[in-house]
Amino acid sequence: MSKHTLSVLVENTPGILARIAALFSRRGFNIDSLAVGVTEHPDISRITIVVSVESLPLEQVTKQLNKLVNVLKIVELEPGAAIQRELVLVKVRADNETRSQIVEIVQLFRAKTVDVSPEAVTIEATGSSEKLEAMLKMLEPFGIKELVQSGTIAIGRGARSITDRSLRALDRTA
Amino acid sequence: MTEQATGAHHPQPRARTAGGPQQPATVEHVTGAQSLIRALEEVGADTVFGIPGGAILPAYDPMMDSSKVRHVLVRHEQGAGHAATGYAQATGKVGVCMATSGPGATNLVTPIADAHMDSVPLVAITGQVASKAIGTDAFQEADICGITMPITKHNFLVTDPAEIPRTIAEAFHIASTGRPGPVLVDIAKDALQAQTVFRWPPHTELPGYRPVTKPHAKQIREAARLIVESKRPVLYVGGGVLKAGATAELKVLAELTGAPVTTTLMALGAFPDSHPQHVGMPGMHGAVTAVTALQKSDLLITLGARFDDRVTGKLDSFAPYAKVVHADIDPAEIGKNRAADVPIVGDAREVIADLIVAVQAEHDAGHKGDYTAWWKDLNRWRDTYPLGYEQPDDGSLSPQQVIERIGQLAPADTIYAAGVGQHQMWAAHFIHYEQPATWLNSGGAGTMGYAVPAAMGAKAGQPDRTVWAIDGDGCFQMTNQELVTCALNNIPIKVAIINNGALGMVRQWQTLFYNQRYSNTVLHSGPDADGKQPSAGTRIPDFVKLSEAMGCVAMRCEDPAELDAVIAKANAINDRPVVVDFIVHEDAQVWPMVAAGTSNDEVMAARGVRPDFGDNEDD
Repeated sequence: MSKHTLSVLVENTPGILARIAALFSRRGFNIDSLAVGVTEHPDISRITIVVSVESLPLEQVTKQLNKLVNVLKIVELEPGAAIQRELVLVKVRADNETRSQIVEIVQLFRAKTVDVSPEAVTIEATGSSEKLEAMLKMLEPFGIKELVQSGTIAIGRGARSITDRSLRALDRTA
Repeated sequence: MTEQATGAHHPQPRARTAGGPQQPATVEHVTGAQSLIRALEEVGADTVFGIPGGAILPAYDPMMDSSKVRHVLVRHEQGAGHAATGYAQATGKVGVCMATSGPGATNLVTPIADAHMDSVPLVAITGQVASKAIGTDAFQEADICGITMPITKHNFLVTDPAEIPRTIAEAFHIASTGRPGPVLVDIAKDALQAQTVFRWPPHTELPGYRPVTKPHAKQIREAARLIVESKRPVLYVGGGVLKAGATAELKVLAELTGAPVTTTLMALGAFPDSHPQHVGMPGMHGAVTAVTALQKSDLLITLGARFDDRVTGKLDSFAPYAKVVHADIDPAEIGKNRAADVPIVGDAREVIADLIVAVQAEHDAGHKGDYTAWWKDLNRWRDTYPLGYEQPDDGSLSPQQVIERIGQLAPADTIYAAGVGQHQMWAAHFIHYEQPATWLNSGGAGTMGYAVPAAMGAKAGQPDRTVWAIDGDGCFQMTNQELVTCALNNIPIKVAIINNGALGMVRQWQTLFYNQRYSNTVLHSGPDADGKQPSAGTRIPDFVKLSEAMGCVAMRCEDPAELDAVIAKANAINDRPVVVDFIVHEDAQVWPMVAAGTSNDEVMAARGVRPDFGDNEDD
């Protein structure tokens, strides 16, 4: 099994997320992570899905996704040719003794301390999942009180845009 | 970045030319309900099968005044759904059914799932509770869009009355184009009641829906090359050929290549059964010649078929020597079950038309396939293992003979609708289908109870043709209430109940695989007081009395000597529905058979009889 990152451009209509999530579950695929947001075009949302699957079943699920009427385009973003980012907010136990060590780790990973209280600090960090995993491993000994993590979002490197052509298609058929 | 990022350019939807650009747009001030009926009139929906109820009630008021839309009041929403699919398959148009919210809508789930599996163009219109009540567990509320998501091609929830015409136009477009399928339109009651403006043609916006119909020229040339180079090709034809209206093209291609043709259960009638190149139906209960032809083939020319498990048997031993040309309008079908050497995405009619040109070009260049040795094998199998059946030795009626005689005595363009089970397979085997849209059945979903309502829908759409439902006594007890609808609405269908007093196909499996332990498959009697053995047959229900009570002419036939006379009498009655209760031998079985989960190489021509394929001399 290998991880694949799919960028799915969809019409911004109610229920589209349910349609996509349900399709993955009924065809027997587990979604590792999912992130949804609007694009530069207000009528188009972009869903980034990370899924662990062999390439042949992935082709089948991609074709099935393409059949959803509200799906405009699906692009698989190869790790080498795309920038992938996640965001974590993590609340770490901290006292006068440990706070400075924690802040040092935060700086090492170019993360940010966004909230401080006598018993804890809250850290915001973005990066690849590997980087965030490494940071969390460093923070673990201090005691992680709470952790929240976003799904992966990804964009291809270089000047090409995957939304350009979809927007033109939208113009043509509209 | 593009200009879109600045928000400077926001594309405005333009009208697609649904009614032609010159035609002045229709603009009327109406209610949402009137707008719905007007939209149905504009898309050409002439027949709607349904039942009113609270949430859909506003739509039924203007329906009464429409001279273009005929509403057929069914007795159960499942009947409405199957009637709409029967209508669609017999006419080639989109079938329409209508129901209220909650249980009305959920009763449509089975026929919608059925239409989805068999790619039938269907639009289901359901009422929904008022938009403000949605999500509150209101009376007769069900999230029918959520429920039907996996079994529709697409569905819509409409809460804005202005959206009704566009949604109906889009629903019919989606249902009928590309790979056809069911579309559900759920309309909130307040949207039906509100004042709105009806504009036609509406602006339609489906930027994510672009079915590919034109096949790739390079793939076509490659397929043609394989066809002329192959030694043992088979044209493996599925329901897509019927849906594309490509039967004339198929005949030309078949005769041009000289290759054998097998038509799946969904494609009966796509190629004349009487044609010398037709080797029968493939699959679990397929003809020995068809099953074996696929197993020994070196090239499958797959047209609008989807390598269903009932055709392939154990997938990894299916057609082990064959290269595969796979043409389908649905790209997701290609490579789903069997890898394709030449994938072709396109409409079957365009694919076959292009293949004819490409194969002809190969012939003109002096490349022509030589299938003489192949036909020698095929003909030997066909002569040795023809479809057949044995007469019961106790003088009772043979179900196969009943079905065969119905097929021989009915007019040539008769439409047959089957339920699911043994009688379905016998109807596939022993009736000869010579033209398209003469065979309706539930192939993918295997929905018992399909026959009566589907026959009703077919007859409503083709009133001048004879429609025979070939049904089992199990199936008949699921949906026979629609005979009331038929009797009251002048829809004179004919129903043959192949009555063996049992769930025959399940009983056959119990005979073969469960040591003749007939658990819960006897229909005409219950267990004895001690709960062990079923008592003797009771004739409960009495199908003759039941059918008469529903306004039908009803007859019973038990004696082979009376068979032809009874069928002739049924054929002669055209002012009322006719039901014939054929009491048939209960141990008749469907053969040939490939046991579930085994290889098609293990096809049995009859019980305990494995054909001699001449494996040694062939391979």
